[in-house]
Amino acid sequence: MTTTPTPSLVEYEDAVARFDPVLGIEVHVELGTATKMFDGAPVTFGAEPNTQVTPVSLGLPGALPSLNRAAVESAIRIGLALNCEIAASCRFARKNYFYPDIPKNFQTSQYDEPIAHDGWIDVELEDGTVVRVEIERAHMEEDAGKNTHVGGHDGRLQGAEYSLVDYNRAGIPLVEIVTRPILGTGERAPEVAAAYVRTLRDIFRTLGVSEARMERGNVRADVNVSLRPSPESPLGTRTETKNVNSFRSVDRAVRFEISRQAAVLDAGLSVIQETRHFHETDGTTSPGRVKSDAEDYRYFPEPDLVPIEPDRAWVEELRSGLPELPAARRRRLHTEWGFADAEMRDVVNAGALDLIEASVAAGTTPAAARKWWMGELARIASSSETALEDLPITPAQVAQLQQLVDAGRINDKLARQVLAGVLAGEGSPEDVVAARGLEVVSDDGQLLEAIDAALAAQPDIAEKIRGGNLGPIGAVIGAVMKATRGQADAGRVRELVLERVQA
Amino acid sequence: MPTFSTDEVARLAALARIDLTDAELTRLAAELEVIAHAVEKVSEIASADVPATSHPIPLVNVWREDVPVATLDRDEVLAQAPAAEDGRFAVPQILGEE
Amino acid sequence: MSATELTSALTRRTAADLAALLRAGDVSAVEVATAHLDRIEAVEPAVHAFLHVDREDTLAQARAVDAERAAGEELHELAGVPVAVKDVVVTRGTPTTAGSRILEGWVPPYDATLVTRLRAAGMPMLGKTNMDEFAMGSSTEHSGYGPTHNPWDLDRIPGGSGGGSAAALAAFEAPLAIGTDTGGSIRQPASVTGTVGVKPTYGSVSRYGLVALASSLDQAGPCARTVLDAALLHEVIGGHDPLDATSLTGPAAGYADAARQGASGDLRGVRVGVVRELGGSGHEAGFQREVSAAFRRTVELLEGAGAEVVEVSCPSFTAALAAYYLILPAEASSNLAKFDGMRFGLRVEPAEEPVTAERVMAATRGAGFGSEVKRRIILGTYALSAGYYDAYYGSAQKVRTLIQRDFAAAFDAVDVLVSPTAPTTAFKLGEKLDDPLAMYLNDVATIPANLAGVPGISVPNGLDDAGLPIGLQILAPARADARLYRVGAAVEHLVTADRPGSAPIIDSIPAIPTEVAP
Repeated sequence: MTTTPTPSLVEYEDAVARFDPVLGIEVHVELGTATKMFDGAPVTFGAEPNTQVTPVSLGLPGALPSLNRAAVESAIRIGLALNCEIAASCRFARKNYFYPDIPKNFQTSQYDEPIAHDGWIDVELEDGTVVRVEIERAHMEEDAGKNTHVGGHDGRLQGAEYSLVDYNRAGIPLVEIVTRPILGTGERAPEVAAAYVRTLRDIFRTLGVSEARMERGNVRADVNVSLRPSPESPLGTRTETKNVNSFRSVDRAVRFEISRQAAVLDAGLSVIQETRHFHETDGTTSPGRVKSDAEDYRYFPEPDLVPIEPDRAWVEELRSGLPELPAARRRRLHTEWGFADAEMRDVVNAGALDLIEASVAAGTTPAAARKWWMGELARIASSSETALEDLPITPAQVAQLQQLVDAGRINDKLARQVLAGVLAGEGSPEDVVAARGLEVVSDDGQLLEAIDAALAAQPDIAEKIRGGNLGPIGAVIGAVMKATRGQADAGRVRELVLERVQA
Repeated sequence: MPTFSTDEVARLAALARIDLTDAELTRLAAELEVIAHAVEKVSEIASADVPATSHPIPLVNVWREDVPVATLDRDEVLAQAPAAEDGRFAVPQILGEE
Repeated sequence: MSATELTSALTRRTAADLAALLRAGDVSAVEVATAHLDRIEAVEPAVHAFLHVDREDTLAQARAVDAERAAGEELHELAGVPVAVKDVVVTRGTPTTAGSRILEGWVPPYDATLVTRLRAAGMPMLGKTNMDEFAMGSSTEHSGYGPTHNPWDLDRIPGGSGGGSAAALAAFEAPLAIGTDTGGSIRQPASVTGTVGVKPTYGSVSRYGLVALASSLDQAGPCARTVLDAALLHEVIGGHDPLDATSLTGPAAGYADAARQGASGDLRGVRVGVVRELGGSGHEAGFQREVSAAFRRTVELLEGAGAEVVEVSCPSFTAALAAYYLILPAEASSNLAKFDGMRFGLRVEPAEEPVTAERVMAATRGAGFGSEVKRRIILGTYALSAGYYDAYYGSAQKVRTLIQRDFAAAFDAVDVLVSPTAPTTAFKLGEKLDDPLAMYLNDVATIPANLAGVPGISVPNGLDDAGLPIGLQILAPARADARLYRVGAAVEHLVTADRPGSAPIIDSIPAIPTEVAP
C-alpha cells in the first residue's frame, strides 16, 4: 500500500501533450457453451447458488478435469478471427495462488503455450481512422466462483465480516485475449481502447461464441496504461485497471490513468506497478487488492490434462466456416448500399447497421431504410433514451411502412403517424392504417368534392391558374389536405385541380 | 548451492499458506538443506538437448462433448462445509477484496 | 464345522476360491463378510490396518448380493468377495481421510470410479485402510491416526504408504485390497508383508476419485495374497474412464488368463533383464544381505525354468530418486492447496485477530498437516519457484525422459526386468523416522517405474534370517500388464515349489495375538 500522498491530476490534454501513452488490453470473454471448461456441470443464467457444480468445479479431493471440445473449437475460431496462428501443439498449465473463489487454489489456464498467438485486428474509430492492434495471444482458462461480502456494518453475525461463496461460475470457459503494447495512439488512446473492446465484442457476437454483454460480465476488460516522455523512450511502468464494465468505462479509465500517472511523474515520483480498481461513480481508479510477493504463480504444465494438437484439416475447416466478420461486412454493405463515407460512419456509430440490413432484406431500399432509422426513429430513440434496437418496431415493419408510401397509400406525413402507432403497440403499419383510417383518399370523387369546395371558396384562384399562374395551387392543395385530414396524395390532388380548372 | 535458511523456509511457508512454529522452521531448514543437496544432481545429468516429459504415456486430444451431466446434491455438499449460509459456503473475511 | 472354524477357513481362502464357493452356493456373501468382519474385530487392536469399518453397512452390501443371486440375476465373477480400500480413495457416504487430520470426518458426496466398479461387481467394502498421510511415506508411520503394525512382527512397519491394505491382507482381514502407488506405495508394502501388489501401467486404472498426490505418478492398483487374485481384481477396477483424461483406451482384460497361464512355471522363451543399478553388480550398497541372496536364488529359479537372464544397465536410474523427490513434491504442493478449511474438512482459526480467510487457511494447514507433508509441500513450492524451476522441476522432467529412454532400450533387449522390490525387509517402528532421506531410500527400486509409467508387481520370494518376508519386483513395458501377471504367476509357482513343503510364504506368518478368539 502506498503511503505517499497522491499528487493532483494533470489536465488530460496537457498530459497527452507531454507524455506518450502506451496501452495494453486484456479481454476475457465467457464462452456460451452448455457446460463448463473442465467438467460437465451445466451453465445457465440465474441458477440457485452451488447447484451447477460437480466434484470437479468444486475442487473436491479426487476430482479430475475433462476438457470441453466445444470450448476448444470456440477458442480456435476466436484465434482465427483475430488473424492468429493456431498452435500445432499446446498444453494447459496450473497458475497457483490461494483465494476462496478458486476451489482448487490454482487456476487451470495456459502459460507459455497458448492455443492462438501472433495475430492482429483492425479497429475503426468513429471518424473512420483505422488502428491496427497486434494480438500477442489468445488462450483458454476457467472462471472463478463468486464471493459476496457480508456483514460488518449491517449487524449480521455480531458485526463480524465474512463472505459467502457460490461456485456456479467456477469453471465456466474463458478465452483471454492479450494485445501487444499498443503504441502511437497519443491523445486518442482512450478512444482506441474503447473501440478495440467494442470491436472484439462485435466479433464474439458474430462468431456466436458468446452473448458478449459487458454489463453481464460476459466480456471483461483489464486496461494497462503506462506513460513515457516520448515514443523514443523505453516503456514506462504500467498499471492494470480492473472492474471496467462498459466501453465508456474503458475510455474513462484510460483517460484518468493518463492524467493520474502524469501527475505522479511530474512530481518526480515513480508510478507504482499495481492493480487498480475503476470506480463507475466518479471515473477514478484506486489501488486494488494488495498482492503479496509479486505473486509467484509457480506455473507448471497441467499433469491431469494431455496436450492439444488441433488437426490442421479441422483448423482449415473452421477457418473456411467463419462467418463474415464485422469489418468485412461493413465494407461490403458500404459498397452495396452506395452511401457516402460520412453517412456510413454515422450508421455504424448509431448502431443502425443490422437494422438497415434487415429492413433491406424485408423489402425496401437502403436509402429508405436509412431515412427512417437515422431520421425519425433515431430522434425518437434519443428523446426516450432508448437504444435504436430496443425500439418496439421491427426492421420488417419499417420496410412495410416504406412500401405503403411507395404504393401511394400513405404520404410521408401520414407515415409518421403510422410509425407512432406501431411504436405505441397498435400493431403492424397495415394494422395502424386500417384502425386509424389513415389511408390516403384514393377516391377521385371525394377529392373533387373537396377541390370544388376549395375553388368555390376562392373563385379567383381558378382564373389565376387557368391564366398560367400556378402559385395558388398550393393553397388549394392545402385546403384539400385540411378537408381530408391530410389523407390525400398531394400529387393526385394537383392533377385533379388542373383538370378541374380547365373544365 | 541453495541455502535453506529459516527465512527462506518462512517465505515458502507463507507462499504455501502453512503456519509453522519456530521449532518447525529450524528443523525443516536443516532437513530441506540435506534433501536439496541430494536432488541437485538432476541439473547435472539433464542436459539442454533432452526434452522434458510431463506425461508418462503420450496421449493427445482427449476431450468430451458439450453435454451436461448430473450435478452434486447441494445439501450433501454443504453438510460437509465448515460453515454455510443461504446455499453458499461461508468463509472468513477476505483481505483486500475487490 | 464350528463358526470359528468356518471363519478361519473362509479368511484363509484366496479370492478366487471364495468366488468359486459363492458361485456354487456353498457359502453366502453374508457368511464371507461376517467371517472377515469378525477377524477384523479380533486382530485390529494389534494390527490397526483399518481407519474405518462399518459392520452394518458391509453386511447390508453383502445381503444385497445374496438377494440378487437368489433372484437368479447374473452376477460378476467376484460378486460377494469383500475388499478393503485404501483411505486415499473417495467413497460416497463413508469417511475418507487420506490418513490426514485435515480431512477428519469428511464424508464425500461422490464415489471414485474404481469404487463404482467395485460396487457394480457386487464386492462388499470391508472398510478404509490406514496409510501414510496423503500417501507420502514408506512405513505408514506418517498416518495422522497412528501407525499400522506389520502382522509378521507387530514392532515393525508394514511398509508405506499403503501399509494398511498390505497388513489387512497379511493378517487375513481381507482377501483383496485396493492400494495406490506413486513411488512404490503398493509394491514396497507387499514386499515387507509377504503379499502381492501391482502398480498397473499409468492410465490403466482411473485416477478419478483418488485424492491426488503426484498426478503424473499416481496409479491405483490391486493388492492380494496371490498373483491370480490381483489379476482378477485388476480386471474389475481397470479400463478407460472418460472422467480421467490420462486414462488409457481399451478394457482391462486378459490378466487372469495370463496369471493362470504363468502358473505352470514355464518361462521358456522369456528374456529377463536384471537391472544392474537396482541392487545389481556394483550397486549392492544399501541392500540387505538376505534380500540380495533371495534375489540371486530367484534368478537361478528363473533360469532353471527356461528363462534367458541377462544383466542390463539403466544408468539414469541412479538419478531417479532425486528426480522423484522433485517432481512429486512439486505436483503435491499444488494438489494439496485445496485443503484450506474453506469448503470441507478441518477449519482452524488463528489464536489472534484478525480472523481472515488467509490466516484461517494458514492456521488450518499448520494444524492439519503432519511433518512429512509440510516437508514435501515446502520443497515442492521451492522447486516450482520463479528462478528455480529450470534447475529443479524442469531438470527433473528431463531426467524422466532419460529414464523412459533407458526403459525403452532395456525392453528392446528383454521382455521383463527384475530387481528386489525393496532394499530391506520390515524395519522397526521409529527406526527411520528421524532421517527423511533414509526413509526415501526405501523406494529406490520402485520409483523408476512410476517416472516412466510402466507397470510393476511385487511377488514374495523369500524370508530373511529373522523370518521376515522379501519381495521380488518384476517390471514390464507400458500396456504389457498381462505379461507381468504371467511372469509373476510363474515366479510365485517357482518360489513356492522351492520352499520347504512347497508351502506359500504367507503360511509362515506367525499367529497374531487376538483379544477375541479366533
